[in-house]
Amino acid sequence: MQDILRFITCGSVDDGKSTLIGRMLYDRKMIFDDQVAELEVSSKKFGTTGENIDFALLVDGLAAEREQGITIDVAYRYFNTEKRKFIVADTPGHIQYTRNMATAASTADLAVILVDARQGILSQTKRHSYVVSMLGVKNVIIAINKMDLVDYSKDAFSKICEDYAKFSNALNFSTIEVVPVSALNGDNICSASSHMSWYKGESLLGYLETAEISTGEQKKQAFRMPVQMVSRPNLDFRGFAGTISSGDVAVGQNIVALPSGKASKIKSIVTYKNELQSASSGQAVTLTLEDEIDISRGDLISCEEDQCSIADLFRTKILWMSEQKMIAGRQYLFKSAVSEQVCTLEKPKYLIDIENLQHIAADNLNLNDIGVCELHLNHKCAYERYENNRNLGSFILIDRHTNQTVGMGMIEHSMRRSLNVQEQYISITRNQRSEQKSQTPCVVWMTGLSGAGKSTIADTLEQRLFGDDYHTIILDGDNVRHGLNKDLGFTEQDRAENIRRISEVSKLMMDAGLIVIVSFISPFRSERELAKDIIGQDSFIEVYIDTPLELAEERDVKGLYKKARAGEIPNFTGIGSPYENPENPDVRIQTATCNPDTAAGIILKYMRENKFTVR
Amino acid sequence: MKKNKHLDVLENEAIHIFREAEEQSDNPVMLYSIGKDSSVLLHLALKAFYPALPPFPMLHVDTTWKFKGMIAFRDAKAKECGVELVVHVNQEGVDQNIGPITHGSEVHTDIMKTQGLKQALDKYGYDLAFGGARRDEEKSRAKERVFSFRDKKHGWDPKNQRPEPWSLYNTRKNKGESVRVFPMSNWTELNVWEYIEREKIDIVPLYLAKERPVVEREGMLLMVDDERLDIQDNETVEVKKVRFRTLGCYPLTGAVESDATDVESILSEIRTSKTSERSGRAIDKDSNASMEKKKREGYF
Repeated sequence: MQDILRFITCGSVDDGKSTLIGRMLYDRKMIFDDQVAELEVSSKKFGTTGENIDFALLVDGLAAEREQGITIDVAYRYFNTEKRKFIVADTPGHIQYTRNMATAASTADLAVILVDARQGILSQTKRHSYVVSMLGVKNVIIAINKMDLVDYSKDAFSKICEDYAKFSNALNFSTIEVVPVSALNGDNICSASSHMSWYKGESLLGYLETAEISTGEQKKQAFRMPVQMVSRPNLDFRGFAGTISSGDVAVGQNIVALPSGKASKIKSIVTYKNELQSASSGQAVTLTLEDEIDISRGDLISCEEDQCSIADLFRTKILWMSEQKMIAGRQYLFKSAVSEQVCTLEKPKYLIDIENLQHIAADNLNLNDIGVCELHLNHKCAYERYENNRNLGSFILIDRHTNQTVGMGMIEHSMRRSLNVQEQYISITRNQRSEQKSQTPCVVWMTGLSGAGKSTIADTLEQRLFGDDYHTIILDGDNVRHGLNKDLGFTEQDRAENIRRISEVSKLMMDAGLIVIVSFISPFRSERELAKDIIGQDSFIEVYIDTPLELAEERDVKGLYKKARAGEIPNFTGIGSPYENPENPDVRIQTATCNPDTAAGIILKYMRENKFTVR
Repeated sequence: MKKNKHLDVLENEAIHIFREAEEQSDNPVMLYSIGKDSSVLLHLALKAFYPALPPFPMLHVDTTWKFKGMIAFRDAKAKECGVELVVHVNQEGVDQNIGPITHGSEVHTDIMKTQGLKQALDKYGYDLAFGGARRDEEKSRAKERVFSFRDKKHGWDPKNQRPEPWSLYNTRKNKGESVRVFPMSNWTELNVWEYIEREKIDIVPLYLAKERPVVEREGMLLMVDDERLDIQDNETVEVKKVRFRTLGCYPLTGAVESDATDVESILSEIRTSKTSERSGRAIDKDSNASMEKKKREGYF
């Protein structure tokens, strides 16, 4: 029986990762003749090794990579020996491509970390070692390459071994093998080198063939399966399809669905034209249950004893993968094996300084930063700690507007707050309070540039509503900043917090039964969406006060544009910081062509037509 | 079960990808090119959604130059498995009489295959297409993600691919974007044949050695599938025992001489082979890094 070892090669730029893989494939005759012929041609054209074959060109397949002689993205290669099958991912060494390297490391069983014998341990060696360790890879092989360029010196080798041992003490590896090699000449790659008789260990391939594949941890665990889809081909069949994350499942076993906690029993385990009595971790199956309980995509089926935990607040470790820095308080999409939902991140507790593994304070995460952050979910979901279960403890973060994957993270543990702070039951409900006032509470959210006319329109609107006996309140940006939010500035992060607080206050006032008029620049779409999520979509009326920048600047009632143009106010919306137009506002007021009274009339009409008001 | 553990790993991974992609697409389709990889892909799709049928049609972009044996197999297979078959031909190309012999492989493939595929995807509004491509096929494929995004014009930007850690796939599309999904990314040619043997999957008989009329042209053995091959005076048609390692347009697909008449002997042939399966394809040799270029332009 053959198993598969997934491994990566990593390390700093020019340590010879691609060459190493190319050499290994070539020496073991795992490259076809027509590929060798093509390689010889390419080596002449793009090669960086003079007359010799440039093995790196076997794996650097993108045109840009061949032209620049570097690796940009991960290349996957497949080969086998008599002992086992291998999937190797050759990862880029440049710091800006760390995200690609981490992608490959996340599924690896083992990492080969290359070190240039002349250079010793570089900061990329440390960065990659840290990422590999953080992602839970337990076995590493340090390949000290280019030994031919240091005269195959034992001393040079020993010195690097010592340096690496000092650094790696703090990392979480179970085995570290060190091999001196020359990828260019093939020393100690597939067989022992005649140039280094002082070395008594295995060749690189020898270690790869015998390394332990550590999947055992997930087998011993309790049964968990995230539901990927509900299968309903006909009225008589209702199955839950998914890939088993951990543990075993058998017909007749008691289970619970999470987060609902509803219990049932396994009726059958269905696979293609075949029913199983039991199944285990890694298998893609379809389960049917004895009872009709409500389960959908995003739920987890867990064994009844030793249930999976659920929570909505976590301490996480995140690798940021986007040029756009992380903004604390902004909403991102959270996707794990179980759940896809909105989350917000707190300001990082700290970043990790890769050089010395010290913690450093930071306000946000930039590209390739690794930091520890608290993460809040909107709804509870099932999870495991990453160190116990890679599958249920990992997640990615997605930007809601660009749809790019901006971060990858690991759950360290859930936070107590989500368990201990429970919502207190209150007898009088929002409905009862609003019935007493004979009105439907809602939030009229006015967004637009400074000087667009928001406050004036808000004031007119409130007077009209008040005149019709409605109970109202205005929350004005400037006024709130004098009081509740006077500790906040104008960085993106503070703006997000500003919006969060104002949204929570609006919600409380709605609970009190009031119609809330918010007049706030709120320039970012993501922040307005945060407000909408907190307040509730059905109660949220987005009003875009649309005034061209030139007009607002010309009015400049408060003299702020003048100051901003003079550079006295950094981050001023429209000048130093962007305003993102609402794409589909509920109401759009073009102030260039209407006065405040007409504007209030348009909003009142919308409220009447949508049954917020009756009078 | 225990004997081929690596095949189980690959199968489970593919099923997971199928389910994940289908759940998040409004209008998915499965590309079906009739070859061995498509046969495996179809088999995996049937497994992934069983007891339901795969909830998407299969699309064949017909260049009108496929082997006759492929078309017969396609129609029979679609009927047998019950999955809807959509066939698209680039009519503009047909009207202009585009063909591999008259126009060369590059023009023919671009118009009949690449443009034809784009037309079909746009015509039916498919937002997600499953394909049987594998990373071991070719160098730029080795760099491609499982979920691979294409812009409005179906172009691929290899330098700006989404990171894909663990088995968490970001399936969200921007307006106008579509997705190619490759459930068999981590399979090799050998795995495909091992799986065909284990699961007893039907394949086009052209993969198996048989006496066939062939002619040697530009170093390739071409099968005389119909009169359009246009035999030259200095060429002779010979009958040889040949088979094909990949299948495509017959004037662009080289045969190899072989005695492998069943899957078992194909397997032992591949295990000792010295050339890659793509060596028989004219299309990869057009220019250096040619596959990447084609994909940037919208080739699947």
